[in-house]
Amino acid sequence: MSYIVIDKEKCKACYLCMEECPKKLLKISKDTNGLGNHVIEFNDPNHECLGCAMCATRCPDLAITEVYRG
Amino acid sequence: MATQVFKLPDSLKGDVKYSFCPGCDHGVAVRLVAEVLDELGIRENTILAASIGCSVTLYDFIDVDSLEAPHGRALAEATGIKRAKPDKIVFTYQGDGDFASIGLAESMHAALRGENLTAICINNTTYGMTGGQLGPTTLLGQVTTTSPTGRNVEYYGYPIKIAEHIALCDGTAFSARVSLDTVANIRKAKQAIKKAFEVQIKGLGFGFVEILSTCPTNWKMSPQKAHERVRNEMMPVFKPGIYKDVTLQN
Repeated sequence: MSYIVIDKEKCKACYLCMEECPKKLLKISKDTNGLGNHVIEFNDPNHECLGCAMCATRCPDLAITEVYRG
Repeated sequence: MATQVFKLPDSLKGDVKYSFCPGCDHGVAVRLVAEVLDELGIRENTILAASIGCSVTLYDFIDVDSLEAPHGRALAEATGIKRAKPDKIVFTYQGDGDFASIGLAESMHAALRGENLTAICINNTTYGMTGGQLGPTTLLGQVTTTSPTGRNVEYYGYPIKIAEHIALCDGTAFSARVSLDTVANIRKAKQAIKKAFEVQIKGLGFGFVEILSTCPTNWKMSPQKAHERVRNEMMPVFKPGIYKDVTLQN
């Protein structure tokens, strides 16, 4: 099962990662972080994540810290 | 069992938080430089000559020895470091205003002398840190705080195409322009940065990469729109590509 790890405190809510995900698994959360941003959250109930790491490659703020493919 | 396919580069300082604006491509460029330092295994042997501008904060993020230079003089300082310690890998990370306006003489002559240095230049067509003034790479028609009716040729002249100019210098070993607008282009950018370091390691001469970047804050656009602007307005003028590579000529 592939998955990503998000450091929510680093997310600045630019939402560039949302466009990159080929499976559209990244969504805007209702929760906010210490910066007051509605952070991105990983929502993969059907285990569709490919582990392609395009979201992490795109993220300009290192908020997606790890990607696992399996 | 899942295998890790992405992790933050070791050359970044632990738990680093960027001070860049949301959606700014500086963050990607810094990560790419750190990844290249990791892959080449040269972090312990590398010295950064830091510049002025949004790029100044690099020494807060990358875990290498660094010296701050006056505005535009990063390559003059880097020349001194490299000549005093020729076994070290020395690089600069500058904005377009620092590299091509205030420091154009220092930058161009470092390339003409064929110094064994690597220079990374972030081109976002404006002076980002000071509030979005007209820079040397501002596109024709672009509205900035100091060109409120748009850049016109009669008054402001034309934007400089840095990668082409550096490629014309005989001391240059590698000169390329890359973009960070898509993931595919980010991967190409990393290859170009790696090559710019490799020519220095091999002692072939000056390695240069110009990176087309966004400035959503001063362009007054969303990060998504800013990337569309890079694609639709910047890339037709500043065409990405490798303009000089002596390793291919040989």
